[in-house]
Amino acid sequence: MAGKPKLHYTCGRGKMESIRWLLAAAGVEFEEQFIETNEHLEKLRNGGSLLFQQVPLVEIDGMKMVQTRAILNYIAGKYNLYGKDLKERAWIDMYVEGTTDLMGMIMQLPLQSAEMREKNLALIIERAKTRYFPVYEKALKDHGHDYLVGNKFSWADIQLLEAILMVEECKPDILSAFPQLQAFKGRISNIPTIKKFLQPGSQRKPPADDKYIANRGKCCLTSVRFHFPQLLLKYL
Amino acid sequence: MSGKPRLHYVNARGRMEPIRWLLAAAGVEFEEAFLETKDDLKKLQTNGDLLFQQVPMVEIDGMKMVQTRAILSYIAGKYNLYGKDLKERALIDMYVEGLADLNELITSNFFQPADKKEEHLATVMDKATTRYFPVYEKVRGHGQDFLVGNKLSRADVQLLEIILLVEESKPDILAKFPLLQSFKAKTSNIPNIKKFLQPGSQRKLPIQEKDIPRLMQIFH
Repeated sequence: MAGKPKLHYTCGRGKMESIRWLLAAAGVEFEEQFIETNEHLEKLRNGGSLLFQQVPLVEIDGMKMVQTRAILNYIAGKYNLYGKDLKERAWIDMYVEGTTDLMGMIMQLPLQSAEMREKNLALIIERAKTRYFPVYEKALKDHGHDYLVGNKFSWADIQLLEAILMVEECKPDILSAFPQLQAFKGRISNIPTIKKFLQPGSQRKPPADDKYIANRGKCCLTSVRFHFPQLLLKYL
Repeated sequence: MSGKPRLHYVNARGRMEPIRWLLAAAGVEFEEAFLETKDDLKKLQTNGDLLFQQVPMVEIDGMKMVQTRAILSYIAGKYNLYGKDLKERALIDMYVEGLADLNELITSNFFQPADKKEEHLATVMDKATTRYFPVYEKVRGHGQDFLVGNKLSRADVQLLEIILLVEESKPDILAKFPLLQSFKAKTSNIPNIKKFLQPGSQRKLPIQEKDIPRLMQIFH
């Protein structure tokens, strides 16, 4: 009865990208409907599809799910990527929230002035090197397993890879002091579903840059702005 | 082996308040260790107690948990306030995330420049009455006492918390939401919650302007 999940969002990464990663890693095929104009967004709103008038929206299992975190939690739970019990889930949640914070900082860069962007980029690199990556490096070193939690592939691993690749786009040698993470990156990238997602032609989206935003026109920037204000508040 | 949960934060609502609410609603007694100075925070950081160098941190069941969402999910799961299955959890998550967004909008008001505060607050109140409250009013229209699965969940606890928060800025905010008014009354009367709403509980007061410099100094 339920077909493939259907993702409604702009044609860029934004808040939908982590959802694309998770579905892809779980081997779940999905469709995408890109919101290219304000009219399209208004139509979704007026149609009552958006619980809080915002995207991402994912149609899945008869539900019109909104709120990135809710969607990710559901997919992780459904496809057994959320640990085996409450405590494993707690660890996965903590690790995921850390990488979400880091990626959130990167997502805002295209929206900032050149001067702010440079300053924040330096902050992101510093945070990655001193606050975030050391945590995952240590976790992997301490238990010696292939995966972050419970010796089993989980959402935490997928999101860590996503974050590593995103930071590498800012600074290619960011993992130079993190041998465990280098090995982790190699391992996880080779998981068949993820390997497929990393290949050109997959549904993975390119990073947003000036040219991308300019070419896509006002709509992308508007849509990216209207649900990012909350993110901006998080780093005070 | 593990005693009461122990909360590490400043003596203010901030990001710890939803956690206090949820523990209280679950009838769980907890202790609090307040950060009073920057050194208090530094000590936790150098001790390696804070996974990402940040608070909130909650010592619970042998873990030093950080990240508000992770902590709330764990407490909700442990005390059966998270629905009975994946789909109920999905609904609860959607409702809770919407409330978290509204909460961020409200608390962000403190960080607005003085000349922009009033305008910002008006925008926030507008969002509350046009984007958020209508959703929960509509859900209440289904006639059950609770938002999801006819059972108390974290969504109900958080909705009450946010209603009361918004009312502090605009006491008549529920004027057009009769079902939320009755929700507020009913939920406030649940014994654990009623207790938490009484003076002398661990519920924190609204932040005062004069406190902001001191609090900012701890974190920056």
